[in-house]
Amino acid sequence: MAVTSSRRAEVTLPADTQILITREFDAPARLVYRAWTTPELVRRWWSGDRGQMVSAEIDLRVGGTWRFVMTANAGFEVAFHGEYREIVPAERIVSTDVFEGMPDAAAVNTITFTEVDGHTTVRMLVQHTSQEHRDAHINSGMEDGLQVVLDLLEEVARSLR
Amino acid sequence: MARAATTADAFNAVAEPRRREILDLLAGGERPVNDLVALLGLAQPLVSKHLRVLREVGLVDVRGDGRRRVYRLNPGPLKPIYDWVKPYEQAWSQRFDRLDIVLEELKAEEDGENGRDE
Repeated sequence: MAVTSSRRAEVTLPADTQILITREFDAPARLVYRAWTTPELVRRWWSGDRGQMVSAEIDLRVGGTWRFVMTANAGFEVAFHGEYREIVPAERIVSTDVFEGMPDAAAVNTITFTEVDGHTTVRMLVQHTSQEHRDAHINSGMEDGLQVVLDLLEEVARSLR
Repeated sequence: MARAATTADAFNAVAEPRRREILDLLAGGERPVNDLVALLGLAQPLVSKHLRVLREVGLVDVRGDGRRRVYRLNPGPLKPIYDWVKPYEQAWSQRFDRLDIVLEELKAEEDGENGRDE
């Protein structure tokens, strides 16, 4: 397995209701797009270090839906789904994105794949309907951070027994 | 996330798009007010008002240079915002590190196929 240098995803907040995630990949756009839209491939990366994928369903056509389910490390299951609104292969995907634990806070994700010299920059703009929903979305990352702290506390508590 | 209710808080100060623009401009180096007015295309009193808010929360410092007032960025108060976003950014970085591995395999597969074609 190839060892790749770890590059950070850049997260910015361009407006009160938006999150922009940017990252460059050392691969052509057609491959990044394939890894982003093929269920077997999504299952291998989407949960990151936060849990295990349970399922990834993708009906890649305008009006088609997607649904990803994972079991978080803390044991609970989380699911996300949405509907595709625009698909330009290897260039652009627009879809809705609903965290099923907070179904009122639907966001619209616009993902663009820009290839230059065999490298692809992915920009994912998450558009929420309110600042409150945007902030809750970012806080979901915070809760994971908190979970790590809680896990550490538990280890410390165990060692004291 | 608990936030102060007043504008005396970096979160509120950067909630205004024009103030974010001013910070972006100052990120490239210090600038006199007139420069900012010209670059933003806003009336001087409005720019001064935004600068006052940014000064109140400590995001910009000002110094006198003859008759000019020169502003510069002081990013310190942005740290709480950075700290707030950091776990979210880390989660995506971890995802993408895994995606890198998937992509390396897809590239190797393609190279293998091309090799057979030749």
